[in-house]
Order: sequence, then structure tokens, then C-alpha cells
Amino acid sequence: METGRKAKIITKAVNLYYGERHALKDITMDIPERAVTAIIGPSGCGKSTLLRIFNRMNDLIPGVKINGEILLDNIPVYDKNADVVSLRKKVGMVFQKPNVFPMSIYDNIVIGPRHHGIKNKGELDKIAERSLTQVALWDELKDNLKNPGQALSPGQQQRLCIARALAVEPDVILMDESCSALDPESTMKIEELMLELIKEYTILIVTHNMEQALRVSDMAAFIMIDDEKVGRLVEFAPTAEVFSSPKDPRTEDYITGRFG
Amino acid sequence: MKKFKEKLSGRIFFALALSSISALALITVFIIYKGAQTFIDVGFFKFIFGMSWSPGRDEFGIFPMIIGTVTVTLGAAAIGVPIGICCSIFLAEFAPSALQNIFRPAIQLLAGIPSVVYGFWGLLFVVPLIRNYLGGPGLSILAGAIILAIMILPTIITISEVSLISLPRHYKDGSLALGLTQWQTICSVQLPAAKSGIVAAVILGLGRAMGETMAVIMVLGNAVALPDSILAPVRTFTTNIGIEMGYASGEHQQALFATGIVLFVIIMMLNSLAQYITRRKAK
Repeated sequence: METGRKAKIITKAVNLYYGERHALKDITMDIPERAVTAIIGPSGCGKSTLLRIFNRMNDLIPGVKINGEILLDNIPVYDKNADVVSLRKKVGMVFQKPNVFPMSIYDNIVIGPRHHGIKNKGELDKIAERSLTQVALWDELKDNLKNPGQALSPGQQQRLCIARALAVEPDVILMDESCSALDPESTMKIEELMLELIKEYTILIVTHNMEQALRVSDMAAFIMIDDEKVGRLVEFAPTAEVFSSPKDPRTEDYITGRFG
Repeated sequence: MKKFKEKLSGRIFFALALSSISALALITVFIIYKGAQTFIDVGFFKFIFGMSWSPGRDEFGIFPMIIGTVTVTLGAAAIGVPIGICCSIFLAEFAPSALQNIFRPAIQLLAGIPSVVYGFWGLLFVVPLIRNYLGGPGLSILAGAIILAIMILPTIITISEVSLISLPRHYKDGSLALGLTQWQTICSVQLPAAKSGIVAAVILGLGRAMGETMAVIMVLGNAVALPDSILAPVRTFTTNIGIEMGYASGEHQQALFATGIVLFVIIMMLNSLAQYITRRKAK
């Protein structure tokens, strides 16, 4: 481990198939805890697919087959007896577009904890305050918690989605291009937030924005499809290394092309 | 020349479109013209709240029919709405496509069965069943409610299912990603998000139940009296008109049209409510 941190998630020789199509091949990586790991690569290489392996969102797509070993805290994620619901409590996700539910700000935040057995109003109020404070929305919104969440600006909505994920108290947060639909100012705020959150959480992001990967991530994984259109992990190393002295010429081509 | 043709065809389409609206206007004007006099002659309150309907003695009170219409409609809703909504959830969320391909056409077929066939089936099957197992004459609120519940299923299922299917996919994904189970996701995220569509479906179903005539004439028993249980026979607005219009004349006929006005107003209100709810959602 180059970062010297303990591995939170370990994948060993993971393959993913959409029906007959081999989408990801032989993915082996140790994702360090309390760090930001960025998954980068061209469109359609399987970055989001890889991210969705970690909270088993690919299970929802018919025909998906996965083999290899994926360990979260040394526990197999795809074990026959593994509980998907408790996995998703542990591994939260923020989507590309803010997907605030059509209900109040308050209800959006507490929907997770409420269904995981917390019924006490005072406790839920505390969770709402804590989660909104974590995403720096509490001062703005504390007097309007009954307002509909979808009336907020896109940037606020995305932070609300992060708060909603945090309310479940996950260990890992997956962010699937979570800034791509936002203006630069909101993007900055969310990046600052990530740097704050890694004190406690392990974060994985998928991004098309190389500057963003460079600004926020500790580790970078470069994925690319090979000649047979199968997604492969080309390089996985500390971000500074990947950007300054990539070992693989394909990584260098992609990064220099991206920076123009 | 070309421009003239364009203009002319525009006008023709406008005229044809107008004719469908004018049909509505004509019907409205006609039933009001034919029936409004009753509200003056009998008196609005005496007509609406009168307990006795006896055309031979010039007594025109429709209160028992209001109760009949409301109880039968609510009964149909109590049976049909839960079944319809559960069916739409099943089709939208659980049914594999092979089953969907059987269910959807079957439900459409249900909508295509003539109402007299429903009535006939109700008379020969549902009514004896109620008479033998629950007592009473069989011809009853319950029989009407069961028949109507089946008849409004296609409306409720189809509209609810569309409103569930057209929800953005990311609501469901977002909810599952929070660790909610599929059932929790349906109850706490998808159903509330589709609420306006489902409420509109229920209201349109109620309107359909209230307006149905032929099927309920055959199973309701048509007694003009306040029912003392759901096993008692009742008469509704529609059956009142359907049964008596054939031989009515003069004041009697006017009173039947007045019954039609009451029904018309209620159904208009229900439909406007359904439209208001779906529009409010669209904003």
C-alpha cells in the first residue's frame, strides 16, 4: 500500500458480465480507508459499473454476472448469505443527478434512519441536524426543513443527497460523477466537503474531470477498454504519481489529451 | 392556392373539433332545460332531501337514491381500489415481462366487456351467492359494489400503473442505495411520488362507478328506501333514470332529468378534481 493506509475494500480478479458481454476484466485493487479514490477513464469503459459493484446496485440489472472476490472490511460482499440491505447501509451512494425525493427536506434526510428502526423524533431531529451540518446546509435550511426538497437549487439538492446518505452512517461513500450536473461554485463546495469527510469516511468517486481527480483524490484508478472492448484496470497508484509519471503510455495519452 | 388549402383544412378540422365540444354543450343545456323546472316546482331542498319518490302522488324526493349511489360507489371503491392499486404495483414492479404480456391485454379485455354482461353475470352468480351465504334478497348494495369494483379495475390499474412506471428511475435507485428494501421503497418513495396519478385514477374510477347503469339495474334490487345494511336493495341516480324514463312524462320526466342534473354535476366535479390533481403535479 503506497498510501500506508489500511485497505477498506479489496478486490481480487473481479470480472463482470452483462449477459454475454464481458464488461470488466480482472480488476484487482486495494482501496485505502479514509481516502478519496478516483476512478477515471474514457466514457463507456465501465467506471460506473465498477463503482456499483461495491454497493451491489448492478444486481438490479437483469443478466449481470460477477465473479472474483470483493471484500469490505475483509467480509465478502457477494457471499451467498450476504445481506444486501446492510451492505447498502454501510456503503452509501450519491448519484450523477441530484435525486431528491418529492418530499420535505426533513423527510428526505431521515428516510434512511427511519426505515432502519429509529422512530424517536428527537433522535431523528438530531440526525437531521448532524447530517445537514456535515454538508454545510444546516444554517441555510434549519428554519425551512418542512419545505419540499426539490425546491432547492441543484447544488443544494446534491448536498442534501449527500446528507441523506450520511444520515444512514455509512463507512464508504460512492459518488458517481456527482458534480457533473452542477455549476463550478457548487462543485467547489462539494469538493471541499469531500476533503472534510475523508477524516471519517472512505470515498470513491467516478469523474470525467481530471482537475477534480487531481484536486481531491489520494489514489487514482485508470480504467480503459482493450481491443476486445473489455474494461481493464490499466493503472492504480497514488494520484500524484498517476498524473506526473504514469507507468503506462495509455494513461499518459488519456491524461495529456484530457488536459489538452 | 396552397395557402388557401392550408387555411381551409385548418378551418375544417376546427369545425369538427368544435362539434365534439358542442355536443357536450348541447347535452348540458338540454338536461338543464328539461330538468331545472323540478328544482323550482318541487323545491331544491325537498327534491334533494325528500325521502319519498312516488311519481303517482307527485312526490319527488331523491335522498334514498343519493344514499344508494354513495354507498354503492364507496363499496365499489372499498373493494376495487386496494385490488387495483396492488395489481398496478405488481405489474409495474414485480411482474416478469411474460406475465405482463398476459395481464395487460386481460385487463384491457375486462374494460371491453359490455356492462349488460356484467349485470347478467352478477344476477346469475353474485346475487345467489350473497342470498345463500349472507342472507337477504341478494339484490343488494354488496352485489352492486362487487360488480362495479370489477368494472372500475381497468381504469384504476391502467392509470396507477402508468403513474408508477413514469416515475424517474433514480427515485427507486436512490432509495435502494440507502438500504431500503424493495417493499419499503415502494411504500415510502414510489407510491408517495406517484400519489397524484393514483388519486386521479381512483377518482376517475369512482366517476365511472357512479355513472354505470345497466349492470347495476340488474343486481341492486332498485327499491327506493334507505338501506339498513349492505345486504339491502337500493336505487341509484342512474338506475332511477334507466328504469323509469321509458314511461315517464310531464313532471315525472322532468324529475328524472333533474336526477340526471345532480349526477352530471357530481361527475363533473369528480372529473375536474382528477384533472386539478394531475395538473398540480405537472407544475
